[in-house]
Amino acid sequence: MGSEALAFYAFGAVAIAASLLVIAQRNPIYSVLLLIASFGALSGLYVLLDAPFVAVIQIIVYAGAIMVLFLFVVMLLNAPHEETEYDERVHPLLRPGPMRFGACLALVLAIELWWALARGVDTGAFPGGAVTSVAVIGRSLFTDYAFAFEVTSILILVAMVGAVVLARRDDPRERRKPGER
Amino acid sequence: MVTLNHYLILSAILFAIGTAGVFVRRNLITILLSIEIMLNAVNLTFVAFGRALGSADGQIIVFFVMTVAAAEAAVGLAIVISLFRHKESLNPDSFASLKW
Amino acid sequence: MPPGVSLSDFYYILPELVLTGGALLVLIADVLLPKERRAALAWVTLLALGATAAALVPFANTHVEVAHGLLAVDRFSLFFKILFLLAAAITVLMSIRYLETEGAASPGEYYFLILCATLGMMIMAGGIDLITIMIGLETMAVSFYILAGYIKPNQRSNEAAVKYFLLGAFSLGILLYGMSLMYGLSGTTNLRVMASAFVGQEKDPRLMLAVILVVAGVGFKIAAVPFHMWAPDVYEGAPTPVTAFLSVGSKAASFAMLIRIFVEGMPSMSADWRLLFYVLSILTMTAGNIAAVTQSNVKRMLAYSSIAHAGYLLMGIVAGTARGITATLIYLMIYSFMQLGAFAVITLLRRKDVVGDELKDFSGLAFRNPFAAFAMLLFMLSLGGIPPTAGFMGKFWLFSAAIDAHYYGLAVIGVLNSAISLYYYVRIVVFMYLKKETSGSDPVITPALALVLGVTVMATLVLGVYPQLLFRVADVSARTLGVAGITAAIR
Repeated sequence: MGSEALAFYAFGAVAIAASLLVIAQRNPIYSVLLLIASFGALSGLYVLLDAPFVAVIQIIVYAGAIMVLFLFVVMLLNAPHEETEYDERVHPLLRPGPMRFGACLALVLAIELWWALARGVDTGAFPGGAVTSVAVIGRSLFTDYAFAFEVTSILILVAMVGAVVLARRDDPRERRKPGER
Repeated sequence: MVTLNHYLILSAILFAIGTAGVFVRRNLITILLSIEIMLNAVNLTFVAFGRALGSADGQIIVFFVMTVAAAEAAVGLAIVISLFRHKESLNPDSFASLKW
Repeated sequence: MPPGVSLSDFYYILPELVLTGGALLVLIADVLLPKERRAALAWVTLLALGATAAALVPFANTHVEVAHGLLAVDRFSLFFKILFLLAAAITVLMSIRYLETEGAASPGEYYFLILCATLGMMIMAGGIDLITIMIGLETMAVSFYILAGYIKPNQRSNEAAVKYFLLGAFSLGILLYGMSLMYGLSGTTNLRVMASAFVGQEKDPRLMLAVILVVAGVGFKIAAVPFHMWAPDVYEGAPTPVTAFLSVGSKAASFAMLIRIFVEGMPSMSADWRLLFYVLSILTMTAGNIAAVTQSNVKRMLAYSSIAHAGYLLMGIVAGTARGITATLIYLMIYSFMQLGAFAVITLLRRKDVVGDELKDFSGLAFRNPFAAFAMLLFMLSLGGIPPTAGFMGKFWLFSAAIDAHYYGLAVIGVLNSAISLYYYVRIVVFMYLKKETSGSDPVITPALALVLGVTVMATLVLGVYPQLLFRVADVSARTLGVAGITAAIR
């Protein structure tokens, strides 16, 4: 087994194990930290795929910014282990209604993905000529994809305004009685 | 030798884990984290295909997907905070006034 | 001027630029205006929508790809842009008094988000590239997540936002996974280039998986059964004008996206996706109508009715012919007017002392406000598909498109479903005209609401009697797509 294959299996194993633990954890803080570990492993995979730009923004943006936002919120809410004992005792497939449906759906999806991808054509080794240059990516982003890039700014503005609107406490002088009912 | 299919199967496994997490867990934060796992599986697929095609497009799409994920995370967490002020709970089952 | 961006690109995205400018103007005006004057923001918003509509005029006959193939400016996108602007304007008019009654903190951000949602829809309808469609979809969806939770003191609004957000983000993940496979198997993100790249790949299981995932992702957005579970809760909990805009604008934009992705991007796979939509269509209209029968909350009932309508609308997609797409476009326009009108009546019933969305709130309406009751009667008959209303013409075209494409069973199921749906539409009419007991203060009609009801009533009547103009416009719009390719593939 070559060193590349070794690295692939190591990073892949970490990513899968960490992701599994994220959804198996009862404490949200651990979940967030484990997800950061999973993102780190993915970043390693991006390096193997000759995509250093994505590898770096994966760490800076995803692990560094988005996950820290999650951590802040978890700590701000002092989010408890709020799941009931029931969840620990009962297997997901035996739980009521939508959860059982969801667990089955996920299982079917996993089988389906496996079936489709395993039967796909044999792809062989990656060809040479990977795009690793940040300059090439940047030029493409600001010319071919300039329109999408500009729309993204509106999307971020919407998210910003929305986060402020939803999370701020309204001025008590403005506050009125909640709607009847 | 590591081929495209290896990466695709890895991302499929991650995607299935994320999907399962959305349904199996009852903690809003964990559900959001599961959706992030799904989006990361998507990113891995894009980068792997981009590498196999020898084009920069795959990496550029990942850039946009990350932007979308950031915007969604910001709004989603704001919604969670605003709800938590009412409820002091993150369990979707505790929302009694609408049927889940 | 940087390379790759040309002046002509700015010219062709003029409507989007005007709308963005208007949205920013509303946001700034919100800060500058004193609190008492902020009601004027609604008129600024309407002005922005009007200016955008005016900016559409030069493009009535344009058919180009701009911004390096990210966006198409054609008759198809024009049709949808007109629909979105109309729906947004009607929503704004409905919102004025509703926001005052609910005591929402700031109207400025509300109108800003309405405009941004409209912008997202316009980009979705014009997008012929996976990236543009994704960004447009998210701009719209994120705006709606916030709008659904806008009435913060109201817990139902909060929970609606959470549910819509969770299911929306989940469906985005599924949609994007399907898109990543589409990209990988075609080597491009442009839908028109993709269409030719897929020819000859019909048997690749990965491509079938991509079709299934994208159908599921889009199914969430149009609220097709079995991906509909978010819709009733969100429609019931969100502020009524937002529900109206969500059930019309978001649905229409998602249909535009659906048509772009499948008809333009995957015509060679049409046998697969038409089969999937065939099953979804039958499930959606049947389950939607049966569930609607048991509801006592009118917003919830209209949510299930809206789910059922997604099933009817899918019939045109299943047919896959130019005639089918035309019928879907026609019905989307007609559906918009009747649905917005029905929600306007619910908004009218919202008073300080009455929530106004329960069936019993409609009782005796004919004696207290005959105009509103007559309007509601008309919308209900139209939603049920009774001549001479517009709803009848729309259904007639959809069913005949299905028959024309030899889907006789689908058409029969559609007709049977229309019959079931009459039960719950007529029930509201019975409450309004035959029950006498009333509660709360008299519902008062404002000039803005009178305008909304006037426009929607006129549209529902006129399009029922004289549908030729709409038919011609929709026909031309549908034919700008590469529908001819699909029709050839079917025969």
